[in-house]
Amino acid sequence: MHTTLTRRHLLASLGVLGLGALAGCDNSGKLDFKHGKDLSNEILGRTFKLHDTEGNQVSLSSFRTLMPMVFFGFTQCPAVCPTALARAVQIKKLVGEGGKILRVVFITLDPERDTPDVLGPYLKQFDPSFIALRGTPEETAAVAKEFKVFYEKVPLGDTYTLSHSATSYVYDSRGTLRLGLSASLSAQQCAEDLLTLMEVC
Amino acid sequence: MITARFTRSLLAVLALGAAAAQAADPVTVSDAWVAATVPGQPASGAFMRLDSACDCVLEKVDSPVAGLAQIHQMSMQGDIMRMQPVDGVPLPKGSSVSLRPDGYHVMLMKLTAQIKEGDQVPLTLTIREGQATRTLQVTASARSIAGHAMH
Repeated sequence: MHTTLTRRHLLASLGVLGLGALAGCDNSGKLDFKHGKDLSNEILGRTFKLHDTEGNQVSLSSFRTLMPMVFFGFTQCPAVCPTALARAVQIKKLVGEGGKILRVVFITLDPERDTPDVLGPYLKQFDPSFIALRGTPEETAAVAKEFKVFYEKVPLGDTYTLSHSATSYVYDSRGTLRLGLSASLSAQQCAEDLLTLMEVC
Repeated sequence: MITARFTRSLLAVLALGAAAAQAADPVTVSDAWVAATVPGQPASGAFMRLDSACDCVLEKVDSPVAGLAQIHQMSMQGDIMRMQPVDGVPLPKGSSVSLRPDGYHVMLMKLTAQIKEGDQVPLTLTIREGQATRTLQVTASARSIAGHAMH
């Protein structure tokens, strides 16, 4: 099943990629996503600058020619974040060759506790290629605002947990935001929409 | 002599067994697991299935590995994941309730040490039936969150 989907879409992608090379990246029209939300008309996350766990500064332009899939979370999150990360592992497998340009980017909403030492190994449990980004609390607030991501601390005595929005944002290889994948979608559904996007750009 | 002692121990064991059976907990726990952590990660989650033969409430879970343990409920409101501590998890008679990442679960915070895959983590469950409370000892094995998040 997975193989069939991948092969079929891959052939289609190769065909359209050929056309794409001639016609350029078509980012004008609406895309026919089956499951996710077309975000082609939204301008989100254009100016963020954060650091990866090795200390390198990363912005959207760091992913030129690649397809970043960005989402927000925190390592003490028991549910949505590990589920989304595990889903990303599956998605990468399901899109086959397309997985080479897909970059999974996790931005922590809890930089005080998600230090690079915790964040790096946490992400690597899922896939060594996943990229974790963090900023100061102020930078984090600014990035969340830029992405229209909601998050708030839920106090628990002298500690806290977080509530937060759980969409994954996918950019095309030119750095244009295209697709929003909600947390309720399966890896298969996400992969189908990603392949649709890969066919265009 | 040896036989007599053997018989006595056997009787003792049988008596203990009978006592245990009489006091059998009306709530049984299965498939208890804890998410393994990376070094420095201060919190983790515990998950399990509870089958209840009483109208009970899971009030509290404690563990020596955590300075603070609380029962939380995760819920999705649109695209927002909400996390809230709760006073207890209702365990209606005859029900099977799962503590899982996307619903009720136990948050183990202020961890005293890294929880490594394969570790056996002791948990003490406090269960209330009417005015009476009892505790239940459970051992949860630590599993990788990467491999189990989807289940």
